Amino acid sequence: MNNNTKTLAGCAAILLLGIAAPFLFPNYTFQLAVLWMFILFALTWDTLGGQMGYNSLGNILFFGAGMYICVIVQIAWAGYDVAEYTAHFGAVKIEVTYAQYYGGLIIGLILAALGSVLCAVLFGRVVFGLRGPYFAIGTLGIALAAGELVGTWDYVGGGGGITVPFYPGDPDERALLYYFLCFPLAISTFVFLGWLYSTRFGLAINAIRDDEEKAEGMGIHTLRYKTIAWMSSAFFLGISGGIFGNMVGFVEPLEVAFPVVTFGIFMVVMVLLGGKGTLWGPVLGATVFHVIKEATWTYMLGWQWVALGALIIINIVVFQQGILGWAQEKWPERFGIKVEDDDSGRETG
Amino acid sequence: MVTSSSSATNGLIECQGVTKTFGGVVANDDIALSVPPGRITGLIGPNGSGKTTLFNSIVGYHPLDSGSIQFKRKEISKLRVPQIARLGILRTFQQTRIYSKMNCVKNMLVSVPHRCETYRTMFSEHSPEVTERAEELLEFVGLYQKRLLISGDLSFGQQKLLEFAMALMNEPEVLLLDEPTTRINPTLINGLIHRLRRANEQMGITLFVIEHNMRVIMNLADHIYCLANGKLLAEGTPDMIQNDKRVIDAYLGGQV
Repeated sequence: MNNNTKTLAGCAAILLLGIAAPFLFPNYTFQLAVLWMFILFALTWDTLGGQMGYNSLGNILFFGAGMYICVIVQIAWAGYDVAEYTAHFGAVKIEVTYAQYYGGLIIGLILAALGSVLCAVLFGRVVFGLRGPYFAIGTLGIALAAGELVGTWDYVGGGGGITVPFYPGDPDERALLYYFLCFPLAISTFVFLGWLYSTRFGLAINAIRDDEEKAEGMGIHTLRYKTIAWMSSAFFLGISGGIFGNMVGFVEPLEVAFPVVTFGIFMVVMVLLGGKGTLWGPVLGATVFHVIKEATWTYMLGWQWVALGALIIINIVVFQQGILGWAQEKWPERFGIKVEDDDSGRETG
Repeated sequence: MVTSSSSATNGLIECQGVTKTFGGVVANDDIALSVPPGRITGLIGPNGSGKTTLFNSIVGYHPLDSGSIQFKRKEISKLRVPQIARLGILRTFQQTRIYSKMNCVKNMLVSVPHRCETYRTMFSEHSPEVTERAEELLEFVGLYQKRLLISGDLSFGQQKLLEFAMALMNEPEVLLLDEPTTRINPTLINGLIHRLRRANEQMGITLFVIEHNMRVIMNLADHIYCLANGKLLAEGTPDMIQNDKRVIDAYLGGQV
């Protein structure tokens, strides 16, 4: 009970801090929004990578798919012909009213989520026959191919990219708007996954992680579970892609929409840093990672990638269990791992 | 649970002419056997005689070369592993397979039957009755005190007991046990035999058991099949098998 109160107080503090942060640090609104997005990346990656034991290197596919879908819908909603607009490479400036802007954004984000979920269903059919490293390479291939293919597709601007419709208000207002989209989205992801892992579904994907053959032998509908797990990741990543495209204001296939070697790898690193297969690990990992990343970009410019690479190497060689995994090894009783000889402590999940 | 309606001639599992080869090795050669409902049937034979291959064929791990396997008169040899499991045929593994990073209670909860799963049950929490059932079964195999430990940290024998409890949680009609007493401390074997019997008598689960320990299988089984070199060598009651010259020869010949 005492622990519950503590947890609640902690969550309330995080929420309040989340609301206050852009007003306390107005110059960092964009970076703070990115932090929430990183938390979302880590959480959604962990659904497969940590909870289900499927290390996907291609989750960024849903991010990019959501981004493109959202932006195309926004352009169409503003009344422009997409093909004609993209053919002019940003020479046409889209002017929209608030109503048009928000209408396009909302419809765009909804369709981005649905489109990404559809991608997860379709590609799931292909890659869920693969196991272990083959799955990782298979998903990586799909994400890389997606970036290259979109780069040759003139309708969506090809390699040149698309400029996103401009926000009608002033830039500070725009920064706040996107902060207050990223923040609740990350919180929703966390709450949704927290619920999901507490259901039978959560146990089943853990079983798939530990021994998929055994799970099949016990009658679990493994493909169904795997597909739904990926769909849930895709849902949130699709929306986050739509939001990020608008935050950046320019969508381009290789660096912004399908950044396989930056965001695609960050997702994995953040989870490994925090502790995979836990709910709080990805949150912790993403926060620590983002701070380290920004610090190296600020104070070690020129060496930032080296520093980041060193962090990854240290993480993988000597600290595989991550922050939470390490804590669990050190204080197992705090995580409920103990011999019980009376009925006093019931399973709390 | 014991279905008295099915006639004595019709087994719960019926194998006819089951043949399985791996490359040039004939692992199962034209095997016919029957597992009667509500009983304990034994399967013995020297190492490499094709016992586990037969188990794998029944639960759908690989396609048959020829022959038929029926469960309650329904052909199952073309079905896949999870489908067969959902029909009510379950097997435990010789090497013991559990979900090693989860605690014992979770291992049990995830083993509930998946026969009539809907999207609603998939995303619901386990009811208190199910948790209670899980704890009862853990008590039954003597693991209640250790139920919150990560199962991968348990000893091999305890893992084996956990796997057995998980199988019971799944409420199978037939349970195929692959060497249940191998590598279990001899002092615990009697307890295990007792539990197998109780599962059979009280829960009405038909057992089909591969076993190397002759004392165990002769005590446990009502009817025993003996394989040698992939062929069915003999069958009969434990007494008949014990005194069968061919069985004795096969074992002596096989173990030198």
